[in-house]
Amino acid sequence: MRAVVTIAILVGAGLLGTGSAGAASGPPRKPLAAYGYHLYGEYCLSCHGANAAGRMNQTSTSSGSGPGREQKQQNGIGPSLQGVGALAADFYLRTGYMPLRHIGMQPRREPVFLSNHQIRALVAYIASFGGPPIPKPQPQTGDVSKGLELFTEHCAGCHQVVAQGGVVTGALPPALVNATPRQVAEAVRIGPYVMPKFSQRDLTDRQLDSIVRYVEFTKNPSRPGGWGLGYLGPVPEGLVTWFIAIPALIVLCLLLGRRLRS
Amino acid sequence: MTRLRNAIISALVLLLGRARRRRPRREETRIVPPQPGHLAAELAVLALLGLSSSCAIAFILVYALGDSIPNETQFLGAALGLALLCLATALILVGLKLVPSEEVAEEYPPHEHPHEQQLIAEVIDESGTRFTRSRFFKLGLLGAGGTLGLAILAPAVSFGPLFRVGDFLQTPWRRGRRLVDETGKPYKASDISEKNFYLAFPEGTSDEEKEQMAASLVVIRLPQKELRLPSHLKGYDANGILAYSRICTHAGCAITLYRAPLFQPDEPRPALVCPCHYSTFDPATGGTVTFGPAGRDLPLLPVYKDSKGYLRAKGNFDGPVGPSWWGVRLWKAQP
Amino acid sequence: MTRRGVRWVDQRTASAPLLRKALRYLFPDHWSFLLGEVALYAFVVLVATGIYLTFFFVDSTKEVVFRGDYYPPLYGQKMSEAYASVVHLSLAVRAGLLLRQTHHWAANIFIAAIVLHLFRIFFTGAYRKPRELTYWLGVTMLTLALLEAYLGYSLVDDLMSGMGLVIGYSVGLAIPFVGQNLMNWLFDGMFPGSPKLWPRMYIAHVLIFPILIGLLLGAHLLLVAMRHHTQFRRTKAQTEHTIVGVPAFPGQAPRSLGLMVGTTGILFLLGGLVQINPIWLWGPYHTYSSTNGAQPDWYLGWLIGALRLVPGFDLTIAGYTLVPNPFWGGAAFPLVVFGFLYLWPWLERKFTGDEAFHNLLDGPRDAPARTGIGVGVVSWVVLVFFAGSSDRVFVTFGLSYTGQIWAYRILVWVLPALFGLVAWWICKELQASERVVRVRHEAEAEARLARMRRSSEPPRDPSTLES
Repeated sequence: MRAVVTIAILVGAGLLGTGSAGAASGPPRKPLAAYGYHLYGEYCLSCHGANAAGRMNQTSTSSGSGPGREQKQQNGIGPSLQGVGALAADFYLRTGYMPLRHIGMQPRREPVFLSNHQIRALVAYIASFGGPPIPKPQPQTGDVSKGLELFTEHCAGCHQVVAQGGVVTGALPPALVNATPRQVAEAVRIGPYVMPKFSQRDLTDRQLDSIVRYVEFTKNPSRPGGWGLGYLGPVPEGLVTWFIAIPALIVLCLLLGRRLRS
Repeated sequence: MTRLRNAIISALVLLLGRARRRRPRREETRIVPPQPGHLAAELAVLALLGLSSSCAIAFILVYALGDSIPNETQFLGAALGLALLCLATALILVGLKLVPSEEVAEEYPPHEHPHEQQLIAEVIDESGTRFTRSRFFKLGLLGAGGTLGLAILAPAVSFGPLFRVGDFLQTPWRRGRRLVDETGKPYKASDISEKNFYLAFPEGTSDEEKEQMAASLVVIRLPQKELRLPSHLKGYDANGILAYSRICTHAGCAITLYRAPLFQPDEPRPALVCPCHYSTFDPATGGTVTFGPAGRDLPLLPVYKDSKGYLRAKGNFDGPVGPSWWGVRLWKAQP
Repeated sequence: MTRRGVRWVDQRTASAPLLRKALRYLFPDHWSFLLGEVALYAFVVLVATGIYLTFFFVDSTKEVVFRGDYYPPLYGQKMSEAYASVVHLSLAVRAGLLLRQTHHWAANIFIAAIVLHLFRIFFTGAYRKPRELTYWLGVTMLTLALLEAYLGYSLVDDLMSGMGLVIGYSVGLAIPFVGQNLMNWLFDGMFPGSPKLWPRMYIAHVLIFPILIGLLLGAHLLLVAMRHHTQFRRTKAQTEHTIVGVPAFPGQAPRSLGLMVGTTGILFLLGGLVQINPIWLWGPYHTYSSTNGAQPDWYLGWLIGALRLVPGFDLTIAGYTLVPNPFWGGAAFPLVVFGFLYLWPWLERKFTGDEAFHNLLDGPRDAPARTGIGVGVVSWVVLVFFAGSSDRVFVTFGLSYTGQIWAYRILVWVLPALFGLVAWWICKELQASERVVRVRHEAEAEARLARMRRSSEPPRDPSTLES
């Protein structure tokens, strides 16, 4: 599988190298970014357009239900990536949000099939258009109590107060169990899909560190009461009531009382 | 070890022996029918009782050791729970194996007692023969009882301001009052960026006043060309900055969800959503309901940018804040 | 020795005749008759653990700053004294968490057991004359238990409970004509109310409601004992006039004690091993904060489902709001359900004209119409209940939330009717097949008898064969 993908990449890269995509500007000089440029042509070009300028008019609507991540020639629409910087590229690639399965869907966390080197190349290419660098959150310097307060004000409405994920009409704010500190910091600054976007003025880096610290805490929150039931409260508690406690009590009753046909 | 075993055996012998000695002689007069012994069950019951008390002792030990052991609550619960379950099992064994559980037949109580009914009715009727105006008497009794009941209930009216419903229209917002964040820092119009939402309060409110339903706002900014405010809300925004009440008009929860699409063409439109019942409001059209159970638009506070760039309230909300009551649409919020 | 003790008691209380009767009081034997007992024992545990909790709870919404270094995520945060006291009780008082969790599990199970008990009573027709009073007391206790439990978790003043409280407030506010005054009165002003609200809720939770439930419970049990239990017709000896059962002593006593201790044991095991309502994770409540995924405890899930299902409208006449939206899901729906429960014995008597005394129970199949209607109503409530968890279903299984809500808006009307009809039809079929089996058994028995007669003693006289 990986071999096939790699070959496809190489072929694609070869095609692009000779092809028409780099009309406005050629591949960057730096070797890593140049490799990224080829990868971009392979995976991103069809939606984000040449030179990461974005595509707005949807020429082909072949957004099939098949394994869209492998469909390379599908033309779609996508935002411009100029100026989003290494920060956004790193986030979308390392979470597996991109490449998208089909246009219009909410990006979700998926297995990443690009190698670390490939991701770094693509990030370097996108970063060559300018934009913020990859953030370096320092959760250890944050304050977990401040973090809970900020998280409640800015994040809990969608992500649930213990970051177990939630619902907004039309979208699914994910649980943050698998989000690394860096990804949390990146997402806050980007606002992927329908998430709000928090600038430095809205949340300072220091405040962000506290939020990240709190998110780290929610991955293994204090659980003095035993089995945590996903830290969601009543729904799983109701399931335990009806599927564990009540059956146990009924068994007790069956032990003690007679059945009608026995 | 052997001494312990001897002790147990002798205790058993003593117990069983005593039971045998106490057996009544004349079997035919027994109320509870005799049944053969069940040594295995008896021993099991004793073992379970022993287990139960050792679990109970374990509970006390865990409690005494307290914080020095991890997962204290689990050990406490397990010890106490097991102690109780062992005791329960012992009791169940006693019930099923050791005591006679024969079924006995008996008559149901009679459906009714006509004779007694008659007697009661007679006593009541005959006691009242001296009343010549019994209907008036009954009426009077009813009146006294009823009014006394009301009198006793009357002080309960002081529980709360039963009739002071004007409060529902009060808000802390006045023309010129600045919007501040949670720490009390005033918002500048330039602080409000698109694709984000902000919690705002009126300037100079105490922590307690912040809890009032009409105090808190959710402030957002939309591109001015996307605004489609209805005519009566024209001018409520400050260059696209909109200050909505933070309290859902359905069931009063705080609106802490802002759907802010990053890439408009293929993502859902901007919306303010309440996490309790997912009422969804469209901020561009003046807070109209697009999904969910809310029956009334989200109230909008008119704001303007002052000369120093700070955000200030221009007046009051376009409708009452918070969950609805009957007649809510007749009123406007008042300063 | 035994006799001396009995004599001592009798001489002082003159209770020997009563005690003798009580000892030989008969309990018809069937496992489903024990469900009510489970509820009773859960109530006992609730009272016992609740008393312990009162020694630590502070019924004040005064703002304090949390200074418990045992839980950093809340350190330094402003919160109400009530919430701080429960966090302290949970995390810093030895065995406090065990008792709090056991209390909460007991509440969940108390109501579940009442509901199961109600199902048993309903589907076997145990509420019929002469036991309507007992039944109405039971239904009243269920409503009281729901309110009591709602008060209980609202007292904590964490983020989730605050959201639950404001929803309850909004439902009350939506009652036409009186809502505003009623809520102003109960809350001593607008939500979030005055400082008097918490002591008020507290005294209702720890005194008024428990005493009401206790009194009704006493009356309920007294009525059961006066009229004696109902029974299934398991043996020929069990008739409308003759009760067959295990005497209270010695047969029933160890079993009931075992059930009590066993129920308590299960509750404490849950209380120690399964975390319930970890309020320290939710943080304090403010009117301006909320969290996704906030749900009520399971027994109020049907109400949040109804609140979410009702389409977005207020009943208005020419711009005048008559009935705000939350009234339908939060008040009208439970009123209909409880109205049905209260009226059912009367309705059934009206339609069947059955005025007889009933000591024998029906099997569900014996009364297809009742079973059908019961299944319909139960599935209606259960579907609305499921709708209340559709947001978590979206998170877990990816089914679109809006899609689910639209589907439920139709299904809650279609499926109950369907389920009811199916249940009715199954009952009819079972009855028919039972009849077939009975007829066949009778015929077989007859044939066997005839065969036996023929083989053992050959007919001497043709007249005997004919007879």
